Amino acid sequence: MSSTSVAQSSAENSVGIIKPKTIHFDQALELVCGKTLNQYDLIYETYGKLNADHSNAVLICHALSGDHHAAGYYAESDPKAGWWDSCIGPGKPVDTNEFFVVSLNNLGGCGGSTGPNTVNPETGKLFGPDFPIVTVKDWVESQARLADKLDIKTWSAVVGGSLGGMQALTWSLDYPDRIKHAVVIASTPKLTAQNIAFNEISRKAITSDPEFHDGHYYNLNTVPTKGLMLARMIGHITYLSDEAMGEKFGRERKSSAFNFNYGVEFEVESYLNFQGKRFSKTFDANTYLLMTRVLDYFDPAADFGGSLEQAFEKSKCGYLVVSFSTDWRFSPERSEQLVSAMVKAGKSVSYAEIDSQYGHDAFLIPTERYMSLFSAYMKRIAQEVNVNES
Amino acid sequence: MRADLRVIEPWVELNTQVLDLGCGDGTLLAYLQEKKKVLGYGLEIDQKQITSCIEKGVNVVEQDLDKKGLRNFADKQFDTVIMTQALQAIKRPDAMLEEMMRIGRQGIVTFPNFGYWRCRHYLLWHGKMPMSKTLPHTWYNTPNIHLCTFKDFEALCRQKNIKILNRTVVDANFEQSRFALMWPNLFAEFAVYRISR
Repeated sequence: MSSTSVAQSSAENSVGIIKPKTIHFDQALELVCGKTLNQYDLIYETYGKLNADHSNAVLICHALSGDHHAAGYYAESDPKAGWWDSCIGPGKPVDTNEFFVVSLNNLGGCGGSTGPNTVNPETGKLFGPDFPIVTVKDWVESQARLADKLDIKTWSAVVGGSLGGMQALTWSLDYPDRIKHAVVIASTPKLTAQNIAFNEISRKAITSDPEFHDGHYYNLNTVPTKGLMLARMIGHITYLSDEAMGEKFGRERKSSAFNFNYGVEFEVESYLNFQGKRFSKTFDANTYLLMTRVLDYFDPAADFGGSLEQAFEKSKCGYLVVSFSTDWRFSPERSEQLVSAMVKAGKSVSYAEIDSQYGHDAFLIPTERYMSLFSAYMKRIAQEVNVNES
Repeated sequence: MRADLRVIEPWVELNTQVLDLGCGDGTLLAYLQEKKKVLGYGLEIDQKQITSCIEKGVNVVEQDLDKKGLRNFADKQFDTVIMTQALQAIKRPDAMLEEMMRIGRQGIVTFPNFGYWRCRHYLLWHGKMPMSKTLPHTWYNTPNIHLCTFKDFEALCRQKNIKILNRTVVDANFEQSRFALMWPNLFAEFAVYRISR
C-alpha cells in the first residue's frame, strides 16, 4: 500500500495534505473524578468546508489507540494516511464535499493534546501518571468547548467506532440539543467482565515492566516498551476474529521444520511481535493505561438505576448503530442492547449487523455492505442539512 | 402507490408508533410517516432492503424474526404492529400472532389466500402444489412454508381470542371485486385483517 500513497494523497478521493491545529483552553475543566484541569490544549484536524449556517459539521471520535489524524496525509511523501481515511474524504461515507469534519485527539491522549506526556503548566514537569483519569463524559465536555471555539452550535453527526461510539452515545445524552445524529459503530453500552479482564491484563503487562517506574519513566529516559508491546499484543487478539487470524496466518511457519525452541516460528507470532513492537515505539504507556480505564468506567445507564432505556429518554437525535458478525470484543448482542433501549425510549434508530470476518477491527475496513449502509445514512443527513439551509 | 397502503392507512392513527415486521424497502412506513406522522420502525433481514429503508429515512432494524422473535420489545410498546405478506413465511405463525398482540395494541396482517379458486383449480387440475404470480415458488424452495386460507386464519384467531376488527378482501390488484366480497375464501386473493385483543 505504501508505494501508492503518494499518488493517493493527491488522488481525487483523498482530503489531501492536512495540517493539524492546536487550541489552548484556559477555562478550567472540572472532571468527573473530582479533579480540575485548569488549562489544556486540544489538537485537531478539519476536512471539508463549514457551510454558511454552520450546520454541516461532523465530529469524528477516535478509539483507544487513535488520534486526531483521521484522514489525509501530512506530506506528499507520507506513506500512511489517517486512521479512518477509508471512510472520510470526497465521495466516501463521511463525504467532505458535503460535510465539515472535525477530528481531535482526546484529553489524556499522546497525539498532541494535553495528556500524560505533556507538561503540566502548574509544575513545569510532565504530567506522567499524575494526569487525572478522565472519562467519556469529560471528553464530550471538552469536545463541546472545541465546538464552541469553532462556532459549531450543533453537530449534524457525531461519528465513532468502539470507544469512539461511546463518545457519540454520550454526546446524545449530555448535549441532546447539539447533535442531530449519532453514528455508533462496533460499540457497547458498557464493558463486560471479560472486556475488563483483558484490559486488566494489558495494564498489568505495562505496570509490571521494570522500566515503568510507576509511570515516571520519562524522566529516567526510558520507556516500558516490553509491557506496552505485550499490552498491544493482547489487545490485538481481541480486535481480530479467530476466522480472520486463521485466514491470514493459519499455522504458517517461517521454516518448514520445527526449531524446538521458544523463538518466533509461527507467522502469527511474528505478526503480533511486529505489531506490538511498532506500537510500543509510537504510543505512550500512561495513555494506554488511561484509555483502558476510560473504557472500563463507561456505563451511561449507571446514572439511571441501570436502565439504558431511561438513559436515552432525554436524547433527541437519530441513531445509526452498526455491529459486525465476528466482533467478539463488542459483539452484535451489545449493539442490539443499545438498539432495543433506543426503540423502547421511542428514539429514531436504524441498526445493521454487517457480515464480516474481520472481528472488532472491521469498523476500520471498508467492506462493501458497511460502506453502502454508512454512506446511505450520511447522505440522508446531508440532505437534511441542505434542505434546512436552503 | 402500493395497493395495500390505501387499505392500511385509515387504520393507523396520527402520531402513533408503528412496527412493520418484514418491512421490505420501507415503502409502507415512509407512506405512514408522511401521511400519519407515525414514529415507525421496520424489521428486515435483507441487506439491500435495509439500505433502501435508510435511503428513505425509515428506521430499520436488522432482526431475524425466526431467530430472535419479538422478545426485545416491551408489552404494548407499539400502537400498531403490521405484518404484510410475511405470516406464511414465518416458522411459527401462531406464536408470532401471539407476540404481535403482546407488543401492539392492534395488529394488521395481510397474506395470500390459499383457498383462492385458482389455487384450488391448480391442485385439482394439475394435481401439483399450486403456483401463480403471487406464489411463484416450487414446493421445495418456497419461503412460504405456512400457507393458509382465510378460514384457517380466522379459526386461529378465534382459538387465540384475537378479535377481528376489520377485514378487507381484495383481488390480485388489491381491488374489491363483487365476487370477492360475496365468496371471499374462494374469490379473494388477499385479505387485510385488523386484529386486536
